[in-house]
Amino acid sequence: MGFRYDIRLSGSGGQGIILMGIILAEAVGIYEGRFVAQTQSYGPEARGGSSKAEVVISDTEIDYPKAMRLDMLLAMNQKSCDDYYMDLKPEGILIVDSTFVKQLPIPKAFQIPFTKIAREKLGKEMVANIVALGAISKLTDIVSPKAIEKAVLARVPKGTEKLNRDALNAGMAAAIKAKKNILPFVRSEREDEDT
Amino acid sequence: MKREKKKNFRELLLQGNEAIVEGALRAGCRFFAGYPITPATEISEQLSTRLPKIGGTFIQMEDEIGSIAAVIGASLAGAKSMTATSGPGFSLMQENLGFAIMAEVPCVIVNAMRGGPSTGLPTSPSQSDVMQARWGTHGDHPIIALCPSTVRECYDITIKAFNLSEKFRNPVIILVDEVVAHMREKITFYDDEEIDIFNRVKPSMPPEWYIPYEDTPSGIPPMANFGEGYRYHVTGLTHDIRGFPTSRPDEIDPFIRRLFRKISQHFSEIQFGEFFETDDADISIIAYGCVARSAKRAAIDARARGVKVGVLKLNTLWPFMRTAVEKVLNTSKIVIVPEMNMGQISREVKRVNKGPTKIFTINKVDGTIITPEEILARIKEVG
Repeated sequence: MGFRYDIRLSGSGGQGIILMGIILAEAVGIYEGRFVAQTQSYGPEARGGSSKAEVVISDTEIDYPKAMRLDMLLAMNQKSCDDYYMDLKPEGILIVDSTFVKQLPIPKAFQIPFTKIAREKLGKEMVANIVALGAISKLTDIVSPKAIEKAVLARVPKGTEKLNRDALNAGMAAAIKAKKNILPFVRSEREDEDT
Repeated sequence: MKREKKKNFRELLLQGNEAIVEGALRAGCRFFAGYPITPATEISEQLSTRLPKIGGTFIQMEDEIGSIAAVIGASLAGAKSMTATSGPGFSLMQENLGFAIMAEVPCVIVNAMRGGPSTGLPTSPSQSDVMQARWGTHGDHPIIALCPSTVRECYDITIKAFNLSEKFRNPVIILVDEVVAHMREKITFYDDEEIDIFNRVKPSMPPEWYIPYEDTPSGIPPMANFGEGYRYHVTGLTHDIRGFPTSRPDEIDPFIRRLFRKISQHFSEIQFGEFFETDDADISIIAYGCVARSAKRAAIDARARGVKVGVLKLNTLWPFMRTAVEKVLNTSKIVIVPEMNMGQISREVKRVNKGPTKIFTINKVDGTIITPEEILARIKEVG
């Protein structure tokens, strides 16, 4: 079976989750030249409600287009983190927006305050998704920072290029910092015990 | 000397709906009338900006029945026409869908299927309009319904839908499910790609000799566009060869039979799908739309575990692909039909099954796609 990498981006409606999915799929599909399938599910509301976008990456044609066991999960709020962390593979990585995610279901997680960075450093909370994309490009080797930048700039409205580039860079810097802070992966000794 | 290689293709990340738009424009669609509805809105949205730029027309109508009425009118005037909707809107279109069949007006109707009945689940996928596409409008009638399962197929099938509707003078329905309609995949367009485009056959005789509904060997009379000098009567009433209402049995019977014959004599041009390792399969899965993708994954996984599983993917849902299905029924011991409805295509499979093959279904109606694991579990259960 060929290489397959399953990603789920999740949060609440209005956080730009689906746009993130599109940009990530474009970066990997068009600029990195791999096969991608991007799907989504969301409620009827424009804001609030839950929102999720999935990106499946492969070296061959993709059959089942939705994510199965996750190689990467991004949770932009607590609810999505609680709902989806069970789908992670044991070696899969969890990235959370620590502005909203206060309780981690597993110890091994990259905690980056995307929304806080967007609000305080960039002055616009709505670029939190772009900050997160910057971080993803540093935390995984599935997409290069260069490809992500190209894809972001091709999708965002004219006149916001600088803001978005800054957002990407802020995300990348935060990711490098978070990488240093993460706990080494230790399988829990108590996994099979009654606790 | 180094020769510069010209890039002769472009790669885009497109949604199923966007690929339908590309396909429609490539096929020559110049008129769209519709009423926005999730999950088909992107088609209206894009055509509203694209069509006016190339001399086409976009109208947002007051409702769905008005939309298909406008589409029929535009098609009679010579424009390749289309509308797009979802289940609730498709219900409203049924009356005029019948009119288009009766008056033999080519048009394409996209139904991005969401959960039903009624307004149902606006943002969730389903495959529950398969039978509505077949028998939604009243009266005995032929229909063509096609179903894509990838973004590339959305493009190709839309072109094919226009070609078939122009050729057979019959509405063609594209049944795409929400998953495929909203899914984005990479699609490559080659500059030198050869794509067949079929335009309706026009009358070659002078206007005074033109008999609009006269039978031909193919069963398809040539079609004159309004405004080009040919005058004829168009009605939803059963009509004679000149287009005027008739109640003579000797005129009614050949007319209705011709409507059916023009499709049934051309099955091979209309029906297409894909056999995936069905030749040696003990268990075959017959699927369509997004579920065909899950089925393929399940088949690969099952084969990795030593169970011989194949998939027949149906791209044409109506007329039902009897020949292809019979082929699978003859070679497999067990056939599984997974569908996101309570069993619509599985009834057809059971209808054509004349042998000892056992048929099992998977029916999922919770607004989510059938997963490969669910199909694998069923294979284990029945195999």
